[in-house]
This record gives sequence, structure tokens and C-alpha cells, in this order.
Amino acid sequence: MEVPYKIVIGLEVHVQLSTRTKLFCGCSTEFGAAPNTQVCPVCLGQPGALPVMNRSAIDLAIRTGLALNCEIASVTKWDRKNYFYPDLPKGYQISQFDQPICGPGYLEFSDPDQPEQMLRVRLIRAHLEEDAGKSMHDEAAGKSASRIDLNRTGTPLLEIVSEPDLHSPQAAKAYLTELRLLLTYLGVSDCNMQEGSLRADANINLHIDRDGETLATPIVEVKNLNSFRAVERALIYESQRQYDEWQRTGAVLGDAPKRTFGWDDQRGVTIPQREKEESSDYRYFPDPDLVPVHITSEQLEYARSQLGESPSAIRQRLVNEHALKPYDADVIVSQGRGVVDYFDRMIQAGANAKRSSSWIQQEVLRVMNESNQGIEDFCITAEQLSELVLAVDAGDLDTTRAKDVFQYWLQHPGSNVQSAKQALGIKDVDQSEIEALCRELLAENPKIVAQYKEGNTKALGALIGAAKKKNANADPRLVRELSQKIIEAEL
Amino acid sequence: MNLCTLSALELATRIQARELSSVEATQYFLSRIAETEQHIHAFTHLAEGALDRAEQIDSRLKSGEQLSPLAGVPIAIKDVLCTIGDRTTCGSRMLSEYRPPYMATAVQKLVDAGLVIVGKTNMDEFAMGGSTESSYLGPTRNPWDVQRTPGGSSGGAAASLAAGMCSLSIGSDTGGSVRQPAAFCGVCGLKPTYGRISRYGLVAFASSLDQVGPLAHHVQDLAACMAIMAGHDNRDSTSLAAEVPDYLAELGRPLKGLKVGIIREQVEHAALEAEVRDAVSHTQRMLEELGASILEIDFPHQEYAVPTYYLVAPCEASSNLSRYDGVHYGYRELGDASAESPLDAMISRSRSRGFGPEVKRRIMLGTFALSAGYYDAYYKKALQVRRLITQDYHRAFQDVDLLLGPVTPTPAYPLGEKLDDPVQMYLGDLFTVGANLAGLPAISVPAGFTSEGLPVAVQLQAPALEESRLLNAAFQLQQAGLFTPQVAEPPAT
Amino acid sequence: MELSTDDIRKVASLARLEFSEQELASFSTQLSRIVAFVEKLNEVDTAGVEEMAHPLDVHSVLRADELQPGLSRESALHNAPSHDDECFLVPPVLGQKSHGSR
Repeated sequence: MEVPYKIVIGLEVHVQLSTRTKLFCGCSTEFGAAPNTQVCPVCLGQPGALPVMNRSAIDLAIRTGLALNCEIASVTKWDRKNYFYPDLPKGYQISQFDQPICGPGYLEFSDPDQPEQMLRVRLIRAHLEEDAGKSMHDEAAGKSASRIDLNRTGTPLLEIVSEPDLHSPQAAKAYLTELRLLLTYLGVSDCNMQEGSLRADANINLHIDRDGETLATPIVEVKNLNSFRAVERALIYESQRQYDEWQRTGAVLGDAPKRTFGWDDQRGVTIPQREKEESSDYRYFPDPDLVPVHITSEQLEYARSQLGESPSAIRQRLVNEHALKPYDADVIVSQGRGVVDYFDRMIQAGANAKRSSSWIQQEVLRVMNESNQGIEDFCITAEQLSELVLAVDAGDLDTTRAKDVFQYWLQHPGSNVQSAKQALGIKDVDQSEIEALCRELLAENPKIVAQYKEGNTKALGALIGAAKKKNANADPRLVRELSQKIIEAEL
Repeated sequence: MNLCTLSALELATRIQARELSSVEATQYFLSRIAETEQHIHAFTHLAEGALDRAEQIDSRLKSGEQLSPLAGVPIAIKDVLCTIGDRTTCGSRMLSEYRPPYMATAVQKLVDAGLVIVGKTNMDEFAMGGSTESSYLGPTRNPWDVQRTPGGSSGGAAASLAAGMCSLSIGSDTGGSVRQPAAFCGVCGLKPTYGRISRYGLVAFASSLDQVGPLAHHVQDLAACMAIMAGHDNRDSTSLAAEVPDYLAELGRPLKGLKVGIIREQVEHAALEAEVRDAVSHTQRMLEELGASILEIDFPHQEYAVPTYYLVAPCEASSNLSRYDGVHYGYRELGDASAESPLDAMISRSRSRGFGPEVKRRIMLGTFALSAGYYDAYYKKALQVRRLITQDYHRAFQDVDLLLGPVTPTPAYPLGEKLDDPVQMYLGDLFTVGANLAGLPAISVPAGFTSEGLPVAVQLQAPALEESRLLNAAFQLQQAGLFTPQVAEPPAT
Repeated sequence: MELSTDDIRKVASLARLEFSEQELASFSTQLSRIVAFVEKLNEVDTAGVEEMAHPLDVHSVLRADELQPGLSRESALHNAPSHDDECFLVPPVLGQKSHGSR
């Protein structure tokens, strides 16, 4: 739908880095532990306790920065962001203010409106910071105490801040999707939104053309976006809300300070959040407990060695080298590095790329989804599946029977094509045997023959089921071909 | 048997030789405390089970275990260092019931070395002050004149020694908090190089300035204490990895050829009282007699040290003290029932009632100086001047090995005198804050008494990590008779 | 600069401290004096001088990403003014009053 304004969106994405321990102490970062069991004097903010930086978080941040085409700082430092909240036990968050570990960069992804076009979002920076704990508020707030769990306190986050280069809620969602894919490929985060490993806040306003000049509405930060769908819905809602507000009040950028709205997913609305007047004055200053970090060329080299092939590079390779359609390449790449590896191994074992792609999409992914398992747990190896695809290509068995073999393997992992055929009673069938079968069937079904002769070629489909009943090893394609030949010979 | 002024090393030697036991030594000091504490109030509280721990040390020594040259010696710890399970109050209502779940590294090292903690000493609230009057638990008195302040913030640490209530004492120094009370109470006090002793478990006042430091009657005891506490701690990112010298072995080097600088801006300072200036001159002559040469040094930014300090320290403090919000530990008081946010009301009420006026003053000053629109003019400016002050030191140390000067402009002043005038109180730090801003080691050495019978002292400062040089010079002065360790006897009751 | 009681009120709110009107007045006098005192630094030319946040030139202190033993929950909650079996407890963010008016 054409709207009378241009939407301007910038995203701030918080990614939890996959370290074993917290950013500044040796407590576990594992999700789901009983409250307040993964804590120590440091992350509890006990008086006198001091932070010591986790090397792995630096490495993962550099790896991410390189993948996002960012400038990596040669010197980075730590600052305190001061604010009071019960799940922030020190009364300040250790973050990075003016010397973030990653400087300007960009991310490219395909335009949801024109998939063959690429969009580029410029990144302002990416910096490390520690997460806060979890406050559990009573549903009927105001009646009873809130409970504070500090297990998450001090978990390493990388905050990736984009320029306001996104111009539709759909593009925002596409950006996040590509970013998440890249991060999971890099192995720097599991990006699990349910567990809070990836969180997005959006800054949004509108540019409205009015009498030859462009007016900008006040910027709103939308928080509490817990899924990609929520991002899209919230931004659609918020842009319309801003337009309505502008029509009502005429308020433009500069008339009011930046406001924060929360997304209410159930009601589908954004709601202004209660803020103290001075709460944005965070009084950043260098953390005297932590010394600056110099990034060495060894660290950069190490991070580079850990990068691996990026999703966009793989997409290109699948299209250019294996002649997959961009859509199919994207489906495979979207499944993660494990599925790409599976595909590559099938090719290596000799299977045709397009066949491999469709087997993966139609069968492997189906089973993975149904059984809710990852590719690494999938019991049919790429080499096995490749053997099956090659057998079909060689005409050793038809696609339907091949799928039976596939099903059989799911129950009996580790067997090969031969043993599966044996177990399923699949025999190689003689063509003359099938021809005899077809003649028999056509004789039994004069109606179908008549329909075919009248031009209804699809009528033959009914024969295939019948043929299968008589001989399970009958190749449907062959049944169809031979039946056609027999009828046409009679014409 | 008088153990009060006996060197801690000598006491340990006797314990090692089983001339007396650690239990007896501990009992001795506990009974001194029982007599004297009522007049002085040097402790926030005594440690539980001191005699049991002394007994354990005795039996370990008896079994032939080698602990350290100070094993068995009773020691007092400033109540700003965390002692596991035992209260650590920081002289504040905020932490009056706080029992840390962990031990400060420096204290753990002392315990491992076989020292026996007898109690936690009183201090200005969160180490903010120079008179120990801001303690929530009430002021400490100077054993030499109980109407006067023992100095601060480690007032209890210095007074406990001056009153003969322990053999060694550990303090902390952010802007002079070891050296100034040591000077007021007539004992030795060392502020080591920033990072020389782990800050892990030292409740933070101003993190880039704080440093743990020992106090004792004898210079060699400081050296022995340093040998135990100094060294890298992988739990403190700002602790130094440099090797720890054998401080004791380095004592006794002749001072011949040593170049000592006198900062002109300090000895000519208008606020410097004559008897303190005389002490510096006297020490200067003594150093010359010992073979040192004296050079006058210019310190262009001397006048800016205190203003710089009173921005840097409050800014860091305002953030360090944000953790006291009544949520995870410390004092809590609910706010008005009608408050829009009961949570915010609780936090504000707890902080307002949990902190005393001086702490609140500094939190306010630091919060202001860091706030939007003022950061550059105040905090950033202070960090720049801090570098200029540090450069003054670097320039000086190109020409000299040590700097000699006063610790304080005056001897101990009467209690209450500066309570209503913060700026006057702050100006008392003018000779001590420089070493903290630059991160350098400095020592306060007793230099006799005024005509009124109050202790006076001199300060020696050295380049980073040159504690040995400081300790050796102070030791030579001690040997040459600059001071004689002594304790003040309690007033007759 | 002179700090007004309004300035003090704003700083107090940032620092989560509350003062009576009388305290506000005396704090604004005291803090104005202290601020005037530290403004002595304006005499110093600091153009081009690098800020010094750390006293010593140490950098890149990093630790290995290895688990270290932490505290038991009991020990973690021990000093809390209010807690249940699992968590720290705090008064609700929003009270009855503000809820009623929503």
C-alpha cells in the first residue's frame, strides 16, 4: 500500500555472545538455571569485588565485527553507564561509550520487495556490554514484591547499532533475519530469541512531504520486540500511529525529546513507557576498574581464521557453481551451516546438485521439522542420501520407492540402499513384465482408455495406483509411458 | 613485658622461638584493647575467635610449619577490607550489618601468612574524610590527645597502634588516608604504588586512587607486611604483574649519593605550620648527614592537586556507591506509602538514611560533575590536570630519587573543628593527594613531637614501584633517630 | 557556578537521594562553595592534554573463558534486606496509586 510518508528505521540489536562464562567473572552463562545459582561476588556487585575481562568475548566481538565489515578498534576501553535498577546490582552497567570495539560497517541482504535487489544497511558501531539480571514483576503489579534473579547479570552482549537506513517494517525484519543468520554462521551466538539471546529495539520516525518540504516526526524507540514478527507488526503499527499523531498534533522532531514505547504483542499496540525526566543522563565515564584493551594483529588474524564462509557467499556459490535457483539456495542457506555442509557432502559424494537440493528441502527438512531435531542429529548421512539419489538417477529404483527407502532408513539408520531394497522387497523389474501388466490393466479398464482417447491424458493416473497394487515394484513413470504407447498404438 | 612498641618482626621471632605464644601475644593486645578502647574507639568491632586462631597458629608453628616472618602477630584491619562472614561496615549505617561472602585478597594473604586478626578498625564513612568523625559508629580519638582527631580516614588503624592495641595495622589510602592519620598518631604508614597490592575486596571509594597500605611503629614491619601483601592478583585487572622485591633484604643500604628533592611549593606553602616545616628541615639535615644530597624542585601544578582530587574522587565515588540501593545488601528503608513508585521511593529513602552527610556531599558533587553538560568542564578537565600533575612528578624524578616534604600542613586538630567547613577539611589533603593522582608510592615517617606534645611527620615519595627505596630511606632515618616508636598511655580514669 | 536549589534537586534525583527543603538549601550553599573551589582548575591551560583515567599504563588484562566456582544461593541472598527462597525481593515498580490513575 502506498503511504503518504517515508518510514525511517534504525535498529539496535543486542546479541548474547556464546561464551562459557560471563563478561567479567567466571560464572556460567548457561540458560535456565534455578534463580541466583550462577552468581559470585563480582556479578552480584558485592562491595569490593572487581571485574576481569573475558578474552573470549573480545575474540567473538572481533569475529562479528569483521563479518559485518566493521573497522576494528586498535584500542578499546570500558565505560560505566550509571542508572538505578534492582536487576543492575552495581548501579551501573559496564559498557563501551566512545571507543567501541567495532566501528562503522555494513550488512547487505536481499530486498524483501525485490528479492533480486540487495539492500545495504550501514552500521554505526558494535560494542560490548554486560547484561542486567531479570526482574519478575507480579502480574497484578502494585500488590506484591518483584523478584530479582541475577543469573543473567554480567552475561556478555554485543550491541549492534545500525544507521536509520531501513525504510519499511519488512526491510527491518529482513535485516534482522540476515543478521541472525550471519551470527549463527559465525558461531558467535545462538540467537535464541525466546531465551533472550537476541533482542531488538527500533528507533523509528516518519518523513512526510508537505508543501515541498520534508517534515520529520519525533523519534520513538520501540522496545520489547521479542520476535521478528513482533518487529514487523510493531513498526507497521507505530508508523501509522505516528502519522495519526502528526495529523492530530502537527508535532515534529525537536518538539519533544526521544520517547520510549513498549510493544504489547497481545493487544498489538505500542504504549508509551514511564520514564523519569533525567533518566537518560547516564553519566558515562571510563571504568577505573578495567584497563583499556589493545587489539593485536594476532587477535585479528585469529578472528579472521574463525570467520568461515558467510551466508551470502554460500548463496552465490550455490547459484554460480551448482546452478541452484536463488530461492532454493536461500532455503538451504537459511537452514544454517549444518544443512549447507550436508548439501556440500552430498555433492562431494556424487549426487546432482538440484536433486540434492530438492531431497533436502522436501524430505530432510520435513523430517527435521516434524521431529524437531537439528541436522547434526539427523540419522541419514549425506553420503547415504547421495547414494540413494544416484540410484534413482541410474534407474535402479523410482522416486516413490526411493522415498520408501528414505523412510526405512529413518527407522533403520546405518543401512545402505541394497539392504533397504531387500528389506522392503524392492526388486528390479523387467520391462516386459510391466508391459504385460499394463495390457492387463487396460483390458480391465476400458473407461479409462476411452477417456484418454477423448483427450483426458490425466485419466491414466488411476492406473498407476492399480499397477502398484499388483506389483509394488512397478515404476509409475514406466507404467504411464508403456500404457500411453499401447493405447496410441491402437489408435 | 611491653609488646606495644616491640617490632612486629621481633615479636614474631619470639613467637617462632617459643619465648611466648601467639595466644599470649594476642591476649596481651586484647587486654590493652579492653583497657584503652573506651577512650579511643579505634575499632568498629573486635574479630570473633582471635584467640582460637592464635592457638591454631601456635600449633602449626609447633609442628614445624614455616608460615612467614610475621606469623602469630596480632593485626588490626581497617573495616573497609572484606573479611568473610565477619562484619565489614565501612563506618556506615549502610553496611552496619553487612557480612561479606568473600575475603579481600590482601587480608587472605595476611591470614595465610599466619597473622591473627584482632579486630576491624574505625574509619570515616566509606573512607571519605580526614578525621574519622564521619563514621556512623562515632569518632575515633587521638591517643596523644583524646580531644583531637586521629586523622582519617584510617583513623582507627593509626590510633590502634598509637594506643598499643595491636602490633600492625592495615589501612587504605585514597588521598592520604594512611599517611595523614599515621602522621597525626606518630606511627609509620605506607601508601604503595597503585596496583602493587590487590584491591579485590577493598570496598571502593575511588577506584583509580584507592590503595591498601600498612601502618606500624617500625619501618621494617611495613617492609615485612609489604612482602606478604604485594603482588599480582588475577582478580584485580589493575594489579601490577611486576615482581615483588625482597623488601626486608633491601633495608640497610646506605643513603650516600641519594638525591632528595624538596618541593618548593610545599615547604613554602602558607598553610604549613612552623613546627611541621621544622620537622621537614630537621629531616633534610639528617638525610644530608646520611650522605644524601638535597635539590629544590618546582612543582607547577601543586596548587591544583586538591581541586583535581575533589573532582576525580567524588566522580568515581558517586558511581561506586550506586550499588547501595537497599536491594541486594545493606540498609533498607521503605519510602512513603503514597509514592508513585514504591521501588524508587525505597531506593531513595534507603540511600538518604543509610549514608551520612559527607558521603552524600561527595555523591552529589560527583553526580553533578559527571552529568550532562558539565562532564567536560569538570570531570574531563580534572583528568587532564591529573596528567599535568603526574608529569610534574615525572619531571622531578628525572633529577631526584625521592621527594621529601610534609604529610599535613598541621598536626592533629581538635575534633569538630572542620566538620562544618568541607573545603577547609579538603585542604588538609594538599600534600598527600598528589601521590594518589599519579599512582606513586609515599610514606609517612614520624619526626618527633610539637611543643604541645603532638606527633609531627614527614613524607617521602618515590617513583612507581620504588617502595624499597622509600622503605630503606625511612629505615635509615629511623636508625638515625628521627623517631623512636612509642605509644600514648590512656588518660588516667 | 552557583547551584540553585533546583539544580540540587535535579542532581539529587539522579543520585537517588532525597533532601528536606532545609537540607536542599544548605546543600546548595555548600556545593556551590565546593564547586567554586574546584573551578580553580579553569586557570590551567589543558589544551591538547590527554585525559588520565588510570594512574598506570597497563592494558589488555584478560582472563581465560573458564568456569570458576561462584557463591551458593544462600550465601548470595544472605545480606539481602528482603528475599524469598530463590530471589531478592523489592517493592513493586509501580504502586497502587499510579495504577488507580491509569
